[in-house]
Amino acid sequence: MKVHLRFFASLRERLHADAAERELPDGATVGDAWDGLCRDHPEAAPLGAAMSFAVNREYVARAHALRHGDELALIPPVSGGC
Amino acid sequence: MFAIVTVPIDAAAVTAAVADPATGATCTFIGTTRDHHDGRAVTELEYEAYPEMAVAELEKIGVEARRRWPIARIAIVHRIGVVPIGDASVVIAVSAAHRAAAFEACHFAIDRLKEVVPIWKKERFAGGELWIGSQTGQPLAAGREAP
Repeated sequence: MKVHLRFFASLRERLHADAAERELPDGATVGDAWDGLCRDHPEAAPLGAAMSFAVNREYVARAHALRHGDELALIPPVSGGC
Repeated sequence: MFAIVTVPIDAAAVTAAVADPATGATCTFIGTTRDHHDGRAVTELEYEAYPEMAVAELEKIGVEARRRWPIARIAIVHRIGVVPIGDASVVIAVSAAHRAAAFEACHFAIDRLKEVVPIWKKERFAGGELWIGSQTGQPLAAGREAP
């Protein structure tokens, strides 16, 4: 299956991209997607401990199962407001 | 009114958006960019958002506030892009029949915004720049509940 990845803030800068497509085996979880990304881009890995995830604009856990066509956003610690 | 904008926020317009003849109290919070943080002189702040999700999360804050306090209306507007020092980065207005609900719901809304809305702030200072939050942040859990 194919999922659409979105990158923001510190992760976007490390990857020099704000989006990507990723092929994953059926049944793959959010955690699997993150681990795969870190294998291809080791520079992302240090951000993993604090990373949150959203699928189709809802926060989810790493164990959340992905589906074909999902939008997976990788969300570094947020810091909106003043 | 729940919005992410790239232009200066008109606090009076946000306040006017919650006007309601049945209310006796309106509380407007204006969050402005500060010229210092952690002992550093800050020269500029730049905000980035995941806009589609950020607006949805702002709407959820409105739903949560209405569930917990007897408020009439709530509006939240956040600015992104470069925000000069002293300008408003966020404005929240809440109207209610009585002041306690307006104050408390407004306080809740800014605290919750800082916890969950996918917006990031980069601080620029003499000699460097830094994404704020990445130093101490913890992952957000799924299925979060109101505190």
